[in-house]
Amino acid sequence: MSITATIPPRQGTLRRFRRLLEVPDGAYRGALGAVAALFTILLLAFVASMVIQSRSAFAHFGLSFLTSTKWDAVHTHFGALTFIVGTLETTFIAMLIAVPIGIGCALALAFAVPRRLQVPLGTAVELLAAVPSVVYGLWGLLVLAPWMRQYIEPALAHITGGHFPFSGAQIGTGLLLAGVILSVMVLPTMVAISRDVLMAVPETDIEAAFALGATRWQVMRKVVVPSARTGIVGATTLATGRALGETIAVTMVIGNTPAIAHSLFSTGATMASVIANEFTEATEPYHLASLIAVGLLLLVVSVLVNLAARLAVRSVSRHRAIGVGLL
Amino acid sequence: MRATPLGPIWLSRRARRVLPATTLAFAIGLAACSSSPSSTTTTKASTSTTSPSDPYAQADLHAQAGSLTGAGSTFDQPFFTKAFYVYNQQDTGVTVNYASIGSGGGIQQFQAQTVNFGATDVPMTPVDISKATGGQVLQVPVALGGEAMSYNLPGIKSGLKLTGPVMADIELGKVTTWNASEIKSLNPGVNLPSNPIETVHRSDGSGTTYIFTDYLGKVSPAWAAGPGTGKSVSWPVGVGEKGNEGVAGFIKNTPYSFGYVELAYALQNQFTYAEVKNAAGDYVFPSLSTVAADAAQKPNITAVDFSIVNQAGATSYPISGYSWALVYELQKNQALGTTLVHLFDWLTHAGQAQAKTLDYVPLPANIQQLARTTLLQVTGPDGKTELLTTS
Repeated sequence: MSITATIPPRQGTLRRFRRLLEVPDGAYRGALGAVAALFTILLLAFVASMVIQSRSAFAHFGLSFLTSTKWDAVHTHFGALTFIVGTLETTFIAMLIAVPIGIGCALALAFAVPRRLQVPLGTAVELLAAVPSVVYGLWGLLVLAPWMRQYIEPALAHITGGHFPFSGAQIGTGLLLAGVILSVMVLPTMVAISRDVLMAVPETDIEAAFALGATRWQVMRKVVVPSARTGIVGATTLATGRALGETIAVTMVIGNTPAIAHSLFSTGATMASVIANEFTEATEPYHLASLIAVGLLLLVVSVLVNLAARLAVRSVSRHRAIGVGLL
Repeated sequence: MRATPLGPIWLSRRARRVLPATTLAFAIGLAACSSSPSSTTTTKASTSTTSPSDPYAQADLHAQAGSLTGAGSTFDQPFFTKAFYVYNQQDTGVTVNYASIGSGGGIQQFQAQTVNFGATDVPMTPVDISKATGGQVLQVPVALGGEAMSYNLPGIKSGLKLTGPVMADIELGKVTTWNASEIKSLNPGVNLPSNPIETVHRSDGSGTTYIFTDYLGKVSPAWAAGPGTGKSVSWPVGVGEKGNEGVAGFIKNTPYSFGYVELAYALQNQFTYAEVKNAAGDYVFPSLSTVAADAAQKPNITAVDFSIVNQAGATSYPISGYSWALVYELQKNQALGTTLVHLFDWLTHAGQAQAKTLDYVPLPANIQQLARTTLLQVTGPDGKTELLTTS
């Protein structure tokens, strides 16, 4: 169950089989080194080709590619700021919903649910990860969008009296719906990893806390979650990575308007969605190079978010914690 | 901080236990890959007996065994799939693999000569052509399509009357409600609601958007000076949805919405759509015949002067456009080149019957002739022998 668990030693056939394939240590190291090098080279080649193909866009638009909000293929003016903001906004909304629900769900699966329901419920959550993203997109567009328009958005607007952040036209599709869909899509990642990490908290620690007279809630809050927090941050990072790059489902529900949103009901666009939308027909000058540049920026943003998460892990893992190996 | 079990310790202990099995599985996988049979292309011999009055048509169905590849426009894909299948079944034995990767990708692959032909919704520009590695490029109109101006107004059926300038003002965000005086004055007696107009457009780059914005640019100086004409433009207002199905889904689900949908899609899904005022001042419904009437008004299209929106004629529906096939004038392989030109000669003539079954508009006769004239310029590797023949 635990992520750091070692594979139990097996006897008999495997040992005999291993003897058949006995190769010196050096050969293994060479083979593993080659595989590791292959992926490094692939990544470098990938980045290099993106840099080469996007160079003309960066050279032509300069810094304004990062700061301009205008994206206009007809008049050859490309600025990616709206997409960067859109990606960060949708990801933020998604994590705002997914993190508390994900941790709660993981705690419930690890400690609150009867033992015989743990496996079926856990499998059900993990199956959500197997649903293709285009299905989430269709569900969002055909089922959730009308609900949002008819019930949820009017209710939210009522709460703030039609002011920020729930202002403007209620059409269903937009930033809020994209965030909601994304949160559902990243939940399995959140839940599955957090649950494994929570279940790896040593039984003795928990029993010791109970022995001191702590209530169930106190044990969770003061013993279980603190020792698992590194793993939970790790789960959040992985989930954030997925939310940042998710393409087709977001494209289908976000409304695809390259403008900085002024409300959660506003339509928007993300870096991934603009690439998915315009890549196939990008024949105008600088259009394709600009789209590849947006892809490069998405990579940079993902790396930055990952680095931030590593720093966060480092700052919370001064003490012994479970799940360090995740990052 | 506890040291993570990585590095040499991990290598020497755990890797040794796991690796042999992994290596074996990998080896088996490799063996399975290499033993898979190489793809086979079968070509049938031809014994065609069709004999229409068209002398070229007979030659089209003669033996031209071979396999062609093409790539490009998604708009053409349903038509191509059906037409190429029918062509293959007519004892020509020609198999065509068409990848509908979008016009941009089609042009790129055609420029690099990785396909025998390309297909694009908007003809290649001189800059595009200068990047083609196979020499002189010929562009042949192969399909004709129109666009329906669809709306979702509870209680109002098809037949709302709209003009180009009013639609441009709607898309520019100048006309914002359904009961605005501009729309009301065109539709006396219709009980128009006061709700805001929810406009929707294609978010993906598409020839459909090009045709619509081409039309808006022709009828509205403000549109021409503002967003302009293109496959993806910077829309002042509205929501973007991906593909015809995305736009159609939005209109279906959203009361008071308005947007452009490919004619075939609107006809097959029983959409409600507007009657549009044409250049002659008449209100016309989009249909196969009204789009064809519009296209027939301009027989002398070229790859540079290809726009057919807003043509004269009382029955012309003004929002329409062609899709184009791309072939090199000089074919390096005589046999494949011969197959190619006969395929496209068939596609632009007898093959248009297949277009009609899928609600594409059949090419008008003068454009069919233009396609043939263009295909007659295709030569073999010597640069002289015409490949399109009557016998």
